[in-house]
Amino acid sequence: MTAPAAPAPAPAKRPAGRAGRNTELPEHLKAYKGVWVFIEHERGHVHSVSWELLGEARKLADILGSQVGVVLLGGNDEALETYAAEAFSFGADKAYIVHDPVLKGYRNEPFTKGLTDLVNKYQPEILLLGATSMGRDLAGSVATTLLTGLTADCTELNIDPASKALAATRPTFGGSLLCTIMTLAYRPQMATVRPRVLAMPRAEAGRSGEIIQDTLGMVETQIVTKLLDFIADAHSNRINLPYADVIVSGGKGLKNAENFKLCFALARVLGGEVGATRPCVQAGWVEAERQVGQTGKTVRPKLYIAAGISGAIQHRVGMEASDVIVAINTDPNAPIFDFAHYGIVGNAMQVLPALTSAFAEHLAKASRKVA
Amino acid sequence: MHIVVCIKQVPDSAQIRVHPVTNTIMRQGVPAIVNPYDLYSLEEALRLKDQFGGRVTVLSMGPPQAEEALRKCISFGADDAVLVTDRAFAGADTLATSYALAAAIRQIGKEQAVDVVFTGKQTIDGDTAQVGPGIAKRLGLQLLTYVSRIVRTDLDGQRITIERRAEGGVQVLETALPCLITMLENTNELRFATLPAMIHAAAYPVRKWSKDEAGIEDVEKIGLKGSPTVVSKVFGPTPRSAKAELLELETSSLRDVSLNLLQKIFTRHPTLEVDLLMKEET
Amino acid sequence: MKKPSQFDAIVVGAGPSGNACAYTLAKAGLKVLQIERGEYPGSKNVQGAILYSDALEQIIPDFRDDAPLERHIIEQRMWVLDDNSFVGTHYRSDDYNKPPYNRYTIIRAQFDKWFSSKVREAGALVICETTVNHLILDGEQVVGVQCDREAGDVYADVVILADGVNSTLARKAGFHPEIKAGNVALAVKEILFLPEDTIRQRFNIGEEEGVVIEMIGKITEGMMGTGFLYTNKESLTIGVGCMLGDFKGNRNQTSPYALLERMKRHPSIAPLIAGGEMKEYAAHLIPEGGFYAVPKVYGNGWLIVGDSGGFVNAVHREGSNLAMTTGRLAAETVIAAKAAGQPMNAAALKPYKTALDQSFVMKDLHKYRDMPQVFHENNHFFTTYPELVSRAAQTMLTVDGVDKKTKERAIFSSFRSTRTLTGLVGDAVKLWRAFR
Repeated sequence: MTAPAAPAPAPAKRPAGRAGRNTELPEHLKAYKGVWVFIEHERGHVHSVSWELLGEARKLADILGSQVGVVLLGGNDEALETYAAEAFSFGADKAYIVHDPVLKGYRNEPFTKGLTDLVNKYQPEILLLGATSMGRDLAGSVATTLLTGLTADCTELNIDPASKALAATRPTFGGSLLCTIMTLAYRPQMATVRPRVLAMPRAEAGRSGEIIQDTLGMVETQIVTKLLDFIADAHSNRINLPYADVIVSGGKGLKNAENFKLCFALARVLGGEVGATRPCVQAGWVEAERQVGQTGKTVRPKLYIAAGISGAIQHRVGMEASDVIVAINTDPNAPIFDFAHYGIVGNAMQVLPALTSAFAEHLAKASRKVA
Repeated sequence: MHIVVCIKQVPDSAQIRVHPVTNTIMRQGVPAIVNPYDLYSLEEALRLKDQFGGRVTVLSMGPPQAEEALRKCISFGADDAVLVTDRAFAGADTLATSYALAAAIRQIGKEQAVDVVFTGKQTIDGDTAQVGPGIAKRLGLQLLTYVSRIVRTDLDGQRITIERRAEGGVQVLETALPCLITMLENTNELRFATLPAMIHAAAYPVRKWSKDEAGIEDVEKIGLKGSPTVVSKVFGPTPRSAKAELLELETSSLRDVSLNLLQKIFTRHPTLEVDLLMKEET
Repeated sequence: MKKPSQFDAIVVGAGPSGNACAYTLAKAGLKVLQIERGEYPGSKNVQGAILYSDALEQIIPDFRDDAPLERHIIEQRMWVLDDNSFVGTHYRSDDYNKPPYNRYTIIRAQFDKWFSSKVREAGALVICETTVNHLILDGEQVVGVQCDREAGDVYADVVILADGVNSTLARKAGFHPEIKAGNVALAVKEILFLPEDTIRQRFNIGEEEGVVIEMIGKITEGMMGTGFLYTNKESLTIGVGCMLGDFKGNRNQTSPYALLERMKRHPSIAPLIAGGEMKEYAAHLIPEGGFYAVPKVYGNGWLIVGDSGGFVNAVHREGSNLAMTTGRLAAETVIAAKAAGQPMNAAALKPYKTALDQSFVMKDLHKYRDMPQVFHENNHFFTTYPELVSRAAQTMLTVDGVDKKTKERAIFSSFRSTRTLTGLVGDAVKLWRAFR
């Protein structure tokens, strides 16, 4: 693969920016244009986070007056062109596709090479990936190979009007504060975003784009890590918190594991999922997959009911984008009442069953009317 | 077997408070702890040592007080501790950090070849999960992240088989040693330190390396200078303007309050009622 | 059977008394192991907090170089509060602004961390998150401690118990009986954050100057106790404490927290703390039994220092300086015995008690030995008198056309009718005797 089109070697001394940091974009990097999204797919299914990123990429590209590109790496028999068509409907202009048998099933080495080579060849100024198991594994390797800046788990992406650089905002110190990070003197500017932080974009039927096929240039014998097997999670065990429409969450205010039954009961009536705060997970009251918050899952359901949850910032950042937030807490000064839509100052152990029967009654009446 | 475990001393973010007036982080009085994710990797490393014999060296890049975190790891059973500490490292982002740690691991490897490098999945103060992959790339090690279980280690054949958490399932991967592994949380339970180990750790002379002793070749690649990412501002989250509408329990019955709440929710979110009804039917 | 000592001394606890002791021992070259049950030294400590320089100067003369100090105190206010008023005495002196400063406000967590780092620098080994379950005895002699970890026995020539007000070790070993509820107070405190400028303006102090307000009166709802308000650099500490027995017997069952909330709303206190954001809340027990509650403090191979020995002067609200001083005196006793080549038996450790008796520690406790009893049996000091005093002040200070002589008579008659002459005289005598 070709090396980046750098005419002259980088200057021996970098210009002294703020406190000796690199804040001036070198001339040869100004040619980097375009906002790219790495499309994550596994076993015939594209991860929604890729589409969420694509929606954001379209917005950023429009501000910059650039194009949106997507990268699809996969095996010979994978439907990458179909995914590309879907990407075009979500706003992509170009799709860079590499088919190769060694790219069937994710492995760090071939995927790092594939993505890095494409970046070096086509030189995008921004590269976005989902902050998933695959995304984080890949992003760190690619950023180190390209020796560029990577900002992880961003909650907001903007273009800085002055420098036209990507301004990536993320929580810091356990979510207590936010910081905005920029990569000013290196390209591409890389960022990862967690699923459900960005909104799902609307698909525009009939939108088309350009497909560019490329090759990997690697053979199986070169690759040291072998993928022996993939064991899918048992479907009945899958707790799909990030994409649930209704979540009933419990916190330490529920007092013990037993009382989580009340959350499950309400969730069942509402066809929703049960979530929890970190202390409950750490206490072993519920599975770790149910944790909502800074170090857990980010969710944005239509209805989020928080029972016995104080509303500390670490939990808040994981659910504050919910459409309707209802909080139940015995403490009228609990921070959750600062950002919930509705609140009941009371004992969750009494309120939850009351809500359960109220919802059950209402839905039964309403469905009879419909029927 | 020689295993290197990279750890970081971090402020206990669960106890971090923001000064309500100046909006800065109040670090004083917040205890510093070993990054909790690192402990799962440390425990896994100690289990490999239990199985195959050998040594575990813990390594950290940080200010002088990070020594405490390394001592803690000694108390759990690590054999040796190295703190890479130098003003020149200050302000490093993940790229600069992985450069420094990779250099230090090379130095450690000169004393005894390293079979496995462990790092934590991510730190609770940075949350980026980038340093592990960065070190692997720089040292040419195979990268295995989100490892939920080490299935088999073949020291003679220099191969290792692991299970790795991916979306929707678990990958079974097999690769060559030396490699770099980041362990998933809750994959093991950290052992308790014995009293003699605590006392030994309290007296243990942690090795302190400056940038030269750590084998740093290019000082432009460490610290602030070697960091492509720049923090342009730090700020507090904007408070929401409207607080919650509180429903009184004192004047009405719980049943009435619940029904009232439902009305409000459905009025505010018209499509929700329909969605719930549709779910009822399925 | 007896295992050889691994250390010259084991200090149980890393609060002010434990740190003072471990530091002094380590500085003298003894091999010391300090065992703390909290996550880090000071994590189990709660205090107002006031640092009394003199006690610390005796241990670390140059502590002012790097110890984290908030403000040095230049003004002391003593308030007697009624429901919506107070009568107070203030003392402010510019003498207090002449270094070296005598008292400082401190934040406990930061201070303990600093003190512990000094202890480590001096060469002591400090381990945390380890609880001593009980003392190991060889016959009558304490020879070590057993901890809650695997292979948890460790041996030393002497064990110093600095394990605080809730100490169970000495009791388990039979060295002294359980603390009575009448001998302990429960105190709660909050740290409220305010901008530095606001603090300076409200309390009329400069950048590093501080004010201490000690309060007594209706704020404790008739229970025996006191309240306090201290100025830190960027925060205020406010708290209240009452005898544990009084909380239990209170007919309103007012919780300590509720008491503090009420106090914060007092019209004389609320304006001082207005706008403060609560950022830390803590509660702790304080030994208040005074002289008569001090147990046996030495024996064969053991010494007791700090709160564990009840060394708190409740009248003057001094505890941490007694803690540090007893820690130092215990260490000096051990150092002297070691230098003389003596085995650490009761006879060799007796000089500790002698030193205590000769120091301000026991002298002050002895002076106020009857105070707990007087206040306990006379709760009108916390209700009636504050009311009377408040009304007296109001009567005298309100200009309403009544002549002063009539006002005086009204005041005296109110006192007499409320307390009766005998009662008044009796109270005065009791107070006089107790103070004497």
